[in-house]
Amino acid sequence: MPRRHLARSAGCCKSFVGRRLVTVTLVVFLVGTVLPLGAASSPEITTRDVNGDHNQETPENKHNEHDSHNTSQKAFPVLSVDFDRIGQPFEISLWVLLASLMKLGFHMTPRVSSIVPESCLLIVVGLLVGGLIQLVGQKPPPLGPDLFFLCLLPPIILDAGYFLPIRPFTENVGTILIFAVVGTLWNIFFVGGLLYGICQLEGMHLGQVDLITCLLFGSIISAVDPVAVLAVFEEIHINELLHILVFGESLLNDAVTVVLYHLFEEYAGVGHVTPLDVVLGIVCFLVVSLGGILVGAIYGILAAFTSRFTSHTRVIEPLFVFLYSYMAYLSAEVFHLSGIMALIACGVVMRPYVEANISHKSHTTIKYFLKMWSSVSETLIFIFLGVSTVAGNHSWNWTFVTSTVILCLVSRVLGVVGLTFIINKFRIVKLTTKDQFIIAYGGLRGAIAFSLCYLLDPVHFPKRDMFLTAVITEIFFTVFVQGMTIRPLVDLLAVKKKQETKRSINEEIHTQFLDHLLTGIEDICGHYGHHHWKDKMNRFNKKYVKKCLIAGERSKEPQLIAFYHKMEMKHAIELVESGGGGGGHANVKMPSAMPSTVSMQNIQPKKQPERVLPQLPKGREEEIRKILRSNLQKTRQRLQSYNRHTLVVDPYEDGWNEILIKRKKINQMSNYLTVPAPPPDSPTMSRARLSSDPQAWSVKHDSDGVPSIQVDLASPQSPPDSVCIVDDLAKSSALSAGTREEDGGLMMKPPSSLAVTAPKKDEKGGEQQEEGKEQQRLIRCLSDPGPSADEEEDEPFLP
Amino acid sequence: MGSRASSLLREEDIEEIKKETGFSHSQITRLYSRFHSLDKGENGALSREDFQRIPELAINPLGDRIINAFFPEGEDQVNFRGFMRTLAHFRPVEDNEKNKHLDASEPLNSRSNKLLFAFRLYDLDRDDKISRDELLQVLRMMVGVNISDEQLGSIADRTIQEADTNGDMCISFSEFIKVLEKVDVEQKMSIRFLH
Repeated sequence: MPRRHLARSAGCCKSFVGRRLVTVTLVVFLVGTVLPLGAASSPEITTRDVNGDHNQETPENKHNEHDSHNTSQKAFPVLSVDFDRIGQPFEISLWVLLASLMKLGFHMTPRVSSIVPESCLLIVVGLLVGGLIQLVGQKPPPLGPDLFFLCLLPPIILDAGYFLPIRPFTENVGTILIFAVVGTLWNIFFVGGLLYGICQLEGMHLGQVDLITCLLFGSIISAVDPVAVLAVFEEIHINELLHILVFGESLLNDAVTVVLYHLFEEYAGVGHVTPLDVVLGIVCFLVVSLGGILVGAIYGILAAFTSRFTSHTRVIEPLFVFLYSYMAYLSAEVFHLSGIMALIACGVVMRPYVEANISHKSHTTIKYFLKMWSSVSETLIFIFLGVSTVAGNHSWNWTFVTSTVILCLVSRVLGVVGLTFIINKFRIVKLTTKDQFIIAYGGLRGAIAFSLCYLLDPVHFPKRDMFLTAVITEIFFTVFVQGMTIRPLVDLLAVKKKQETKRSINEEIHTQFLDHLLTGIEDICGHYGHHHWKDKMNRFNKKYVKKCLIAGERSKEPQLIAFYHKMEMKHAIELVESGGGGGGHANVKMPSAMPSTVSMQNIQPKKQPERVLPQLPKGREEEIRKILRSNLQKTRQRLQSYNRHTLVVDPYEDGWNEILIKRKKINQMSNYLTVPAPPPDSPTMSRARLSSDPQAWSVKHDSDGVPSIQVDLASPQSPPDSVCIVDDLAKSSALSAGTREEDGGLMMKPPSSLAVTAPKKDEKGGEQQEEGKEQQRLIRCLSDPGPSADEEEDEPFLP
Repeated sequence: MGSRASSLLREEDIEEIKKETGFSHSQITRLYSRFHSLDKGENGALSREDFQRIPELAINPLGDRIINAFFPEGEDQVNFRGFMRTLAHFRPVEDNEKNKHLDASEPLNSRSNKLLFAFRLYDLDRDDKISRDELLQVLRMMVGVNISDEQLGSIADRTIQEADTNGDMCISFSEFIKVLEKVDVEQKMSIRFLH
């Protein structure tokens, strides 16, 4: 019996997984076939339409033409296909859709994606799609350099640069630079030189490949590719140090690649390079890298400065970030400077200031847009790599290709080992052998190499196809072999993994403390080291730069306070999302009201008294919440139908009875607390004036000092400074709960003029004021935004 | 200046300091010339005023506390030995030292000694606990005058709440170590003394 069960369940499992795989492959084929069909059908349709058009004279609307010149050629077309006009956007969207569906598909099959990194799967998909397209007879679109460099690469780099972890980067910048510059140079000359030697060997038929061309090929193939590194390293969760070393290297070696590529390309025809050219090359390198960084920094400062003034147009804030960064990239590319370094510099420079200025929602928008774009870009790049492999002309040469692969690996290992030996003399925390192995093994090549090779002019470089084949083979080798095996190797070698936990306030405080301590000790020793310069820069930043680039009060906010606010806001959001936790229960350690605002806002800091959170029996709490909820809901419904001058009568009617009962009970209980009165002009209260709400509130002090909130029905409307405060169940229920229990304190109270339907404004006001002291006031939770509140975004989370 | 300074330092002294702190010969000589340049009174010992004359220390929020850390209990002068002993805490940890113990006691620049040094800078009254007030003082020094007391108070409360495991509303040394276990103290608290 049990065996049959097992067999059946196994069969079911298999069919289930198999079904999923089948679905995925079906999707692939579906989308893959629509593309070529679409491409194939367009020429036929065009010819048909053109034929039809030739009979018309006016070039206006085709439908009109068909109507007016109603020759007897054909009947009025009810349904016509006009693929030509939308062909290109359609194709592009289809490709992006394919990429996104692939990403979806891979996450649905976790078994496969745990063995094979995503990049490999995507290349395979690209190969399939490319093969399909070729089968249909169309020419698959190759990964054009323009498309790659101008559209697909920038989002990935911007995402990396904007979220670059600054601290580990600056601590290791020396190591990173040495790997990027010296390491890449070593790779280029080693690979290029030895390939030339191999080409010169007898019997290889490669004699016409001269040294410069080989060096050019070396410069194409030697650079570690940021896209591939990101794609693979993101999945293995390696520790921060190694990640930043390899990734930083892949970013910074762009300058070296650009300079040497152009240098060798220029002189490939000439055949030799004079020493003057070498010197110029070095100067060019400095210009390219420093120039790129400068361009990026300028645009970054512009973006930061612009963001200072966006407090009234929050909606387009993210756009500035994207536009300035893209402009930085394009401007750098105009002058053949390093676009990647410009983009990184722009992101790094603008981030602290922009984040201090923009709203929380803009921050989220930026984060998600960047992640979305970079994710799609990455997917597309790998798919196109696969497609281009099928599409390209290949010239396979066993010697050349295999020697390329072997030489690249050897030179990488030698380079890393040699450089680490030198670097370790200067590092405080040395790089171990394990670290070196991962750094060497993580030197992946990717699409940048392919695009650079594609850019080569076939006329000047007759061996271009062979180069292309070799580059593709090297890319495949690194991505497939190294990419797939790095994860088990990391586990095998027990390399330290990334620590997932967030930074606690303790760590932040103590780290800053240690920074100051170390700066002091360095000064005592007379040693101008790392901490000294960092401290100087921080001081300069605080004194001059922050004042220019950050709006309002935030410019003076110390880093510690900003960090603390961010943490508290996260904590508060978590509390709300979990349903308020224990409500206003004192066990929940909510922070006391913060005088200055939470991050991203620039409202003046206010003094607010400490609110003691009372302890409530749970049953009472539930009753209170229920009443609040029902009343508030009704109010909301009411407000949507009435205009601003109508009385809001009904919401309190149903709750009134319950309130009466409650009041009796409450009167028997003793005072829990006296909530101190917020000052009458406090922004909190003025914020409570809702324009859409016929009830505008004002605070009135009772004679005995207990505050009450008066209901002024249909009082003169004033446009709100700010409209809504996000619902904080915990705080609001605590507040109202506290006030409920209190005798003579803030109490729920409906206006006495319930029955009156056609009030006159002044009468109402007068009546209210008379009854003010004896009756108890209605407290309105400041959580109901009203139907037409548009400026929700701006409000600080915690009042 | 260099030759005159080193002539005042005897070889035996250098050897002793080397053994105690682990610095190399050249590092000791270099630091001695620095010591000598700070010592305006030329009496072979530094006073508090000598330290305060360093301009950058004056603007350092923790300047006074750092200066105090050099002086042993109740004394007003620190000689070169004491100077080196304090600075030894900031020597980078070398791999081959991680397993070796000098004189069967922990070297001055071990991780826990570094942390102990930092801890003592918080804990002024030496009761082996960082109380809320001590924490508040440090926060106030680091944050400046613009922030209100109650805001700092809530930060201090939150900090203690995060770190405190035994509920005594203070941070003991072991809790301090635990909180900083993710921070790379060996790297953060080390200065690269040039060879």
